[in-house]
Amino acid sequence: MLDILYFANFREVLGQGQEQLPSDNFKTVDCVLNALGERGEQWKMALVENQNLQIAVNHNVATRTTAVKPGDEIAFFPPVTGG
Amino acid sequence: MTKENPYPYIRVQKEDFDLSTEVKQLRAGHKDIGAVVSFVGTVRDINEGDDISVLELEHYPGMTEKALEKIRQKAHNRWPLQSSLIIHRIGEMKPCDQIVLVAVTSKHREAAFNAAHYIMDYLKTNAPFWKKETFPDGATRWVDARVSDKEAESRWNV
Repeated sequence: MLDILYFANFREVLGQGQEQLPSDNFKTVDCVLNALGERGEQWKMALVENQNLQIAVNHNVATRTTAVKPGDEIAFFPPVTGG
Repeated sequence: MTKENPYPYIRVQKEDFDLSTEVKQLRAGHKDIGAVVSFVGTVRDINEGDDISVLELEHYPGMTEKALEKIRQKAHNRWPLQSSLIIHRIGEMKPCDQIVLVAVTSKHREAAFNAAHYIMDYLKTNAPFWKKETFPDGATRWVDARVSDKEAESRWNV
């Protein structure tokens, strides 16, 4: 399984903070994104087509081409605004 | 047995902090410190022209601490520092509340000034925190990342 996390306005727009996905067919973050995008326009806009999408895999900054494996924690979030 | 904190100089907490207490602890045991620079970020009552009644800070537990420690280590690699501390608050805050503390000590002032500035600039664009504002009428807005913060980071050329 993969643990998927959503933060800030993503969590609100997508209506959930975390979920698990079966990891079988996902080789990269991009594969995960495309699968999530299949859920509808909301998902496609927030994640797949979002130019400002930020990604982390296992707490490290990642990109769409980052490889994923079973047990990974993948987080999607908007640009950070702390401080 | 309590688990030892892997990042003793990083604190992400709901509670407020006291600058003088923190600086005193940071200086303890270091007789070679000649400079202490601290920065405290606070909540403004107006943002983008709108009155703010509540500011809520969300973060990514686990990644936040790791990202802050990475920033702190980068500063230590770049300047000769004696010690440093980053405290960032989460949860609900009100105007005038303290949000963040960065404190750095070194033998001489230049390293401390630069390192504190660098840590804040990097924290702004690299640590997974998100701000949400609540207006007096109860409406809310997620704060947008600023281009000026990205530019501030790039001045350090890394």
